[in-house]
Amino acid sequence: MPDSKTPDFYHIDSLLSNDERQVRDTVARFVDDRVLPIIAECFEHERFPTELIPEMAELGLFGPTLQDYGCAGLNNVAYGLIMQELERGDSGVRSFASVQSGLVMYPIHTYGSDEQKKRWLPEMARARKIGCFGLTEPDGGSDPGTMKTRAEKKGSDWVLNGAKMWITSGSIADVAVVWAMTEHGVRGFLLEKGTPGFTSRDIPHKFSLRASVTSELFFDNCRLPESSRLPTAEGLGAPLSCLTQARYGIAWGGVGAAMACYREALEFCRNRVLFGSPLINKQHMQIRLADMVRRITTGQLLALQLGRLKDQGEMHHTQVSLAKWNNVRLGLDIAREARDILGAGGISVECCPVRHMLNLESVITYEGTETIHQLVVGREITGVAAF
Amino acid sequence: MRILTIVKHVPDSNVPIKVRPDGTGIDTTGLKYVIDPFDEFGVELAVQLREKRGDVSEIIALTQGPEKAAETLRVALAMGADSAIHLSDPIFESFDELFYASVIAEAVTKQSTPFDLVLCGKHNIDLDAGAVGPALAEFLDLAHVGAVTNLEITPDGRRFTARRRIEGAEEVVEGALPALLTIEKGLVEPRYPSLPNLMKAKKKPLTVLTSKELPGSASHKASAQIAYVTPPPPRPECKFIEGEPAQMAHELVRFLRDEAKVL
Repeated sequence: MPDSKTPDFYHIDSLLSNDERQVRDTVARFVDDRVLPIIAECFEHERFPTELIPEMAELGLFGPTLQDYGCAGLNNVAYGLIMQELERGDSGVRSFASVQSGLVMYPIHTYGSDEQKKRWLPEMARARKIGCFGLTEPDGGSDPGTMKTRAEKKGSDWVLNGAKMWITSGSIADVAVVWAMTEHGVRGFLLEKGTPGFTSRDIPHKFSLRASVTSELFFDNCRLPESSRLPTAEGLGAPLSCLTQARYGIAWGGVGAAMACYREALEFCRNRVLFGSPLINKQHMQIRLADMVRRITTGQLLALQLGRLKDQGEMHHTQVSLAKWNNVRLGLDIAREARDILGAGGISVECCPVRHMLNLESVITYEGTETIHQLVVGREITGVAAF
Repeated sequence: MRILTIVKHVPDSNVPIKVRPDGTGIDTTGLKYVIDPFDEFGVELAVQLREKRGDVSEIIALTQGPEKAAETLRVALAMGADSAIHLSDPIFESFDELFYASVIAEAVTKQSTPFDLVLCGKHNIDLDAGAVGPALAEFLDLAHVGAVTNLEITPDGRRFTARRRIEGAEEVVEGALPALLTIEKGLVEPRYPSLPNLMKAKKKPLTVLTSKELPGSASHKASAQIAYVTPPPPRPECKFIEGEPAQMAHELVRFLRDEAKVL
């Protein structure tokens, strides 16, 4: 068994194409060289490393599956591997990329007008413009059909009122994809920074995703022209389809965080001597490490097959729910386990498991809570919605 | 100006190397390979020269290695090389850098247009013999400067000034092009190949040459062979001496005299 950088117990590497492997290795190197050296300090001081944004854009990490607009045109497995590697660095960094690609560029590309695409996509691929996605509201996120944000038609314009909460990149975004209820149901709008009545405020005192900007958005009679509406986004299905994209990436990300924690725990067990011999010699520790590899391996295979289904156009959103649930859960459990194995030192931000553990508390909640995903799978197999 | 950059497909230094049980070499199963980091400086330098100067007409990356070594060429193409040459044939496989260089030399001499600048790393991280650059320069009858830390080329593209660190001083070497330079760490910082460029690299021309096109390779023979490979001896356990300074000094002397028996 090669003791490679990643646990690859089932030689999953051999199931990847050269393209996919090369994309992964390129992003892995970026994460090792640029993210890992600074991320603990960012987390500790609640700072989003904006200096990484131009470099990530230069690498082509935003909208990488799009075929044009200066994007790489990668397949979905390669996209997943990018998310895995970014989250091996930090969930906050991965969240930023997920939002820019899956929650902003994707809806503009899928539901936008040609004019909207031409205006925003090239700029967003180069990260000259940053985006955010406003669906969740202060009163909750699991039942978006009851959203209170309203858009009313006044003449040829729309007037937007309401608020959104827990919005990644909210205050640094140049444009927000805002979902609002209209008399015809849910519609999506591109709301630009600086629009009169549009304000944002960062949410402080987070113990999770500290290397990421999380904000509230407020809309007080914001006037928008019809041209800022996403013309083909009709109904709740549109924002949910965006979430399917982002959740797909998160399913890979959970594995990335788990791999980082496993590796640190393994290294620690090799070096830490207790009662006369290294911890790896103890049955108890071997079982715990073996169990991490078991869970990571199942998560890797799940994510890969999900990606292959997505590339064949056969992926169902309930499969994404199962993968997001399984892989974030395994990430969180392994992070907690690794934190414990590391002993007292494991509570320091110098060790990655505690940071991943705290981050994954958000990841398991956002983009559909674990419970919602369980119930989505439950509805799929029973035919009964039990929300 | 035409630039040739030699790149080698080598095991990733971050991955532990295992020796085969029979000692005939290293176990390559599941081993991760990368572009040699020193050769990568050469590619970056070539691309930077093109960005700074208007006269770089072509950058060609060349590798010798198994089929998978094409991945390393693709990194070079994604970084900015225009085309690539892959020398791939089982009879090219050797641990002898002199032989390795002789095969490359044959391929280079067969190119229709000569190169003004040939770049490679000051050594490769796999064999670490540092012979490829000097040997290739010798075979190609080119001037050679090793372990270059700074390079200037005159605006007319005919002469260069290269700096290299030597014990306690810096050597400044001036010469005429064409020349072969091997690159030391620190001269340039390699860029990450962007994902769009990695995809575009697939469309750039890549020529594969075998012993059919390079018949001379069969007549050169590797002059050195690796007899056997052994893993490094395990690191001996470290002994810590604890206590007050005076006590520790006393214990150290006792240890050196009675146990290590060096006093």
